Amino acid sequence: MNYNTKIRYDVVGNRNKYFIFSLALTFAGILSLIIMQLNLGVDFKAGSNMDISMGKPVTKQEVTEVLAEAGYPDLSPTVGGANNDRVSVRFTDVLEQEETSKVNQALKAKFGDDISAEVNVVSPDIARELGIKTIWAILIASLGIMIYVMIRFEWRFALAANISILYDSFVVVALFSIFRLEVDLPFIAAVLTTLGYSINDKIVIFDRIRENMRFAQLKSESQLSELVNASIWQTMARNLYTVLTVVIVTVCIFLLGSPSIKLFSLALLIGLISGAYSTIFIASPLWFLLKRKEKKKPKQAAAPSTP
Amino acid sequence: MFGKRILAFLAVVIVTFGVIVGTSPWLLQGVKLGLDLKGGFEVLYQAKPFEGGSEVTPESLSETAKGLLKRIDDKGLVEPEITPEGKDRIRVKLPGVDSEDDEIIKLLSQPINLTFRAPDGTIKLNGTDFVENGAGLAFDELNRPIVTLKLKSAEKFGKVTTELVGQPMSIYLDETLISSPMVNQPINSDSAIIEMGNASVEEARDLRDKINMGSLPLRLEMLYTNSVGAKLGMESLKDTVTAGIIGSVIVLAFMIAIFRIPGLVASITIITYAWLLVLVQNLMNATLTLPGIAAFVLGVGMAVDANIITAERIKEEIRSGKSMLSSLKSGSKNSFRTIMDANITSIIAAAVLYFIGDGAIKGFALTMIFSILVSIATNIFFARFLMTLLVRSNRFMKPSFYGVKESEIREL
Repeated sequence: MNYNTKIRYDVVGNRNKYFIFSLALTFAGILSLIIMQLNLGVDFKAGSNMDISMGKPVTKQEVTEVLAEAGYPDLSPTVGGANNDRVSVRFTDVLEQEETSKVNQALKAKFGDDISAEVNVVSPDIARELGIKTIWAILIASLGIMIYVMIRFEWRFALAANISILYDSFVVVALFSIFRLEVDLPFIAAVLTTLGYSINDKIVIFDRIRENMRFAQLKSESQLSELVNASIWQTMARNLYTVLTVVIVTVCIFLLGSPSIKLFSLALLIGLISGAYSTIFIASPLWFLLKRKEKKKPKQAAAPSTP
Repeated sequence: MFGKRILAFLAVVIVTFGVIVGTSPWLLQGVKLGLDLKGGFEVLYQAKPFEGGSEVTPESLSETAKGLLKRIDDKGLVEPEITPEGKDRIRVKLPGVDSEDDEIIKLLSQPINLTFRAPDGTIKLNGTDFVENGAGLAFDELNRPIVTLKLKSAEKFGKVTTELVGQPMSIYLDETLISSPMVNQPINSDSAIIEMGNASVEEARDLRDKINMGSLPLRLEMLYTNSVGAKLGMESLKDTVTAGIIGSVIVLAFMIAIFRIPGLVASITIITYAWLLVLVQNLMNATLTLPGIAAFVLGVGMAVDANIITAERIKEEIRSGKSMLSSLKSGSKNSFRTIMDANITSIIAAAVLYFIGDGAIKGFALTMIFSILVSIATNIFFARFLMTLLVRSNRFMKPSFYGVKESEIREL
């Protein structure tokens, strides 16, 4: 077998290290989710919403300062109304009566007595449902992907790809749980992006394996492993360049973008890197394992195609 | 002295960039920003039970909120934010809407109660008897538009129509009579139709939408409307977009450095891709939100990837000792298959997300589908066209133009 590429590292031979690492990470993620769950942000938690009619124009800055003094930093009030005299504040927890009056007092002290506020408990139902829907959507989407890959490639590719993309999506969730990072609505988009990137990445390498299989005369397991390794190394330049380019853009957004989307770009970053990693170290060796089983069966003589 | 093909290449690139630069200001102004980026308009509703309908409970409130969400989703690409609050409040925030007169607000703020009444005026069926969002548009044998309805219970409809055999059954929206069809025989099915006589398709569609409006579990009354500021605001959007542009410029420089000629072509097509995607999003009236930005980043990544796959393939072919032109041909052919497989898989995933998800998921999926289609047009076909012009000009025949060292080339 002569692949015109140098195999610089035997990925398939060292597969167990990566399987163990990824299994450990998955397991840690599951444990973390069971024990600590996710650190849900304001979108997914019941909280209070305070609608305040100010009686005069105010700025977001002023209101934020007053709230911080009253002991509620990091809130992001929205100012609206016909002439910026209505404020709406979402509190991350359900406010008690005395807390409400405390905020009221603080606002009155600053903006005068012409203030009326209405407080309502916000139900996170819809957001939570969106979260649950996302999980379903990802599962069903991965089924759709499986069917297509089965038709275009073979079921082993489909299975290996599917395990890897679900793993990638889970890694983002797991790391956010382990490091107690806050999960909000944009986080869902980051997980979906991971899914999209991860599929794209798997298909490229599987396409190469499929192409090499066409010309291969495989007689032994070691040849199969060599073929997978060669496919990995033939596409390695492209794998690295591609992940590098998306990482460059995401890191720029992470470093230079607004603080409010830092977590979102971090989630993206985790997903992209995990996607690139799992293509090489999980999906390809997984396919090798599945294929090896087939190789072990005694091959029947191929029937002559022309009578 | 330039060759004809180089001139053609330059002409195409100059015209493309001219169009891009010329239309960009207008294009960027046309981008509708989402709630999180720009704010919008909010309406606070108080939910009340319909006459004879279900009580206001956390469940029915949540159902109503979901009904609203679905309806706005069906309207198009606006990503609303809908939250049930307190005991009987629903807050709806709409991006890109700035006054009460907006069509969507009008549609939302006129919750319409559909009733079927006996000739003596007693209400036999009300909004809660119909399947939510179950009204549809059809045509009768004379090709006149009719509105079809789905009932929750065929039995109940059968009972009501049995009672009214030989009498007209009046269909009202609020207090407006729409039609009074004669009940000729008991109808034991769960579907009913409203005949509209010689109404236009437009009117029928309007009625269908209104009925779907009215088949919410609860009646909504507007408490107040209000324009809201953005959570992130323009400043942070500017920062983010600037960051994205800086990142993209680094990526394009990197592409040119590594892949030379194919890299240059990739830069041209990726810029064209970004411009075209914004144009398509604008034409579709989509609102740009954070998830949209995520899909955009992914799109750029996949667009770059398509170019990298092709460029790497061409390099491989050159290394194997083929001529430039046949390297380009076979490289393009081989990479085309890979890229299409990857893209079709992604489109399948995005389509599933679109049909299953709502709100933010829908928006993300739609941007992803557009971005893949636009990417195929620019990063495969346009890129191949430009590459062919350059290679056929016979001016870029050195392997170094493609990032290949002479020493790497093997004899055929």
